[in-house]
Amino acid sequence: MATSTTKALAGGEPSGPPPKTDGEGTARRRGALLHRLDVRGAPYAFVAPFFVVFAAFSFYPLVYTSWISLHRVELATLDVMEWVAFDNYVDLWNDSRFWNALANTLTIGVISTVPQLLMALGLAHLLNYRMRASLFFRVASLVPYATSVAAAALVFTMIFERDFGMINWALGAVGVDPVNWEADKWPAQVAISTIVIWRWTGYNALLYLAAMQAIPAERYEAAAIDGASRWKQFTHVTVPGIRSTIVFTIVLSTIGATQLFGEPLIFGQGPNGVTGGADNQYQTLGLLLYEEGWKNYQMGRSATVAWAMFLLLVLVFVAQRLIKRLRSRTS
Amino acid sequence: MTTHSLPARTDTPAGTPAEKPGRGGGRRLMRPRAGRQHHAGPLAYVLLAVMAVLSIFPLYWTMVAASTDNTRVSQTPPPFLPGPNLFSNLARAWDEAAMGKAMINSLIVAGVIALSTVMFATLAGFAFAKLRFKGRNALLMLVIGTMLVPPQLGVVPLFMMMSELGWSQQLPAVIFPTLVSAVGVFFMRQYLSEALPDELVEAGRVDGAHSLRIFWSIVLPVARPAMAVLFMITFVHAWNDFFWPFVVLDMTNPTVPVALTQLSAGYIRDQSLIMAGALLGTLPLLVMFIVFGRQIVSGIMAGAVKG
Repeated sequence: MATSTTKALAGGEPSGPPPKTDGEGTARRRGALLHRLDVRGAPYAFVAPFFVVFAAFSFYPLVYTSWISLHRVELATLDVMEWVAFDNYVDLWNDSRFWNALANTLTIGVISTVPQLLMALGLAHLLNYRMRASLFFRVASLVPYATSVAAAALVFTMIFERDFGMINWALGAVGVDPVNWEADKWPAQVAISTIVIWRWTGYNALLYLAAMQAIPAERYEAAAIDGASRWKQFTHVTVPGIRSTIVFTIVLSTIGATQLFGEPLIFGQGPNGVTGGADNQYQTLGLLLYEEGWKNYQMGRSATVAWAMFLLLVLVFVAQRLIKRLRSRTS
Repeated sequence: MTTHSLPARTDTPAGTPAEKPGRGGGRRLMRPRAGRQHHAGPLAYVLLAVMAVLSIFPLYWTMVAASTDNTRVSQTPPPFLPGPNLFSNLARAWDEAAMGKAMINSLIVAGVIALSTVMFATLAGFAFAKLRFKGRNALLMLVIGTMLVPPQLGVVPLFMMMSELGWSQQLPAVIFPTLVSAVGVFFMRQYLSEALPDELVEAGRVDGAHSLRIFWSIVLPVARPAMAVLFMITFVHAWNDFFWPFVVLDMTNPTVPVALTQLSAGYIRDQSLIMAGALLGTLPLLVMFIVFGRQIVSGIMAGAVKG
């Protein structure tokens, strides 16, 4: 369409030997029409690729997930769909593995997100000082972001190894008994959260830093004149000033936490990976989704887990909204 | 509504104070030096150094473990200094662990995804920033809304779709779903609405250029720095993407993260081989961060202020 427009527009220009007035008139009218079409249509053509790809590979699968979740579908025979209504949902509701995975997702989500965002806030505050080598410190804090989940999880698995891992060696040096980081529930969840925290703290810190630099200096001056201490300035000027960015990172981290998959999978290398440990002690909803679909070959059940994850996200955001409303009413 | 007295609660637009013709403060307002700019004290340096060490140490130790051998890695205390076997271990990872093929696959996947994301994001970003059309704001809100939909949730139908298309275990299965990115569209829109003067677009119109020509000769040159940054950030994400490639690819044709999981799942765990693979798979991105660190940092921060 674009190239034909080019030709038409070029033809519409009265260049070269003057054509017959009649022909010129139609050509110009045609040119004007194409011009109008271009101005009207081009914007839609420009945004269309995004929406087409999104609709085909994100929106349609998401909606179709709910349809599949009402069926029995096996991995080996994907085209055979047997209608089972809400059986998958009833089974999931009665499945202790689901509640276990849900609880693990929530606890790992909290253990990984809260310290991560608090540390990012502190790091951003430090990076906001005027100093030497500021670029070095910024790039250094982004290095974990450049490391893939797989590579990061492999290294941390080794650092948290029970027999020769660095952490247990360091704990032993100060007289603490070795911790069984993989087999015990809470240590495993802490170790997995450590991977998440390591990878995302620096990135979030840069988001906060950018927002902090947009706070007008006058607000700090006004606070200083009012006699506010550095800490008061931080809590009363800096934090409110970057509030929308904080909300943004909370939303992103929450979504990330509900989808957690790679870290626990690789942390429990090999046969235990998908089940999240021998006793499912760190199986997340993401792992359960994969286990149902690609280890137990039940795609319908897998889709049910996916839909439950979506509901969980919706619930979390509704809860956040409610809490926010209640808090603004009480204060 | 809030009872805090100190700060103005909402972010005032940067232009507001400058509009008031100042008395003495006018000159300072001209310089947009916002934010808190105390000099860092010794404590700040110490804390930052600790953070830097924590950030870098796991990768440093990956290198250490990759440069020794399996027995040395498993000793206590663990090694802290590099050994002599770095290159032989890297070579083994390249050959034995399918890392060679995985690296090439990842290069193709991340390269194509980054190119197409940049192209489509710039097109759409330009339209949202500078062109007037019906439903523009609604569509932009829709773009932002799509950021909240985790792609993982559609994985079952997507898998069925790919096996129907015959793309299972093929790179297109990984490439096509990620050809566009909402973050990219939003990022380019923000950049272009500030960097591209309306007059430039109008001038192009007056000269009779059609929209694609304006895009090509006027928008692209202006957008180039942001496109470079978006390319790198998208490349990083595509290179490191895990869940979907893990589901749809297998060991005969893996990307780097998929190959790495396989490395760790073997019965005989050769720790220094695993670490060599992890190092190899991270190296291209590390080089990119060392060379273009400044641009990547500024790109992430630029996306943040407005996002």
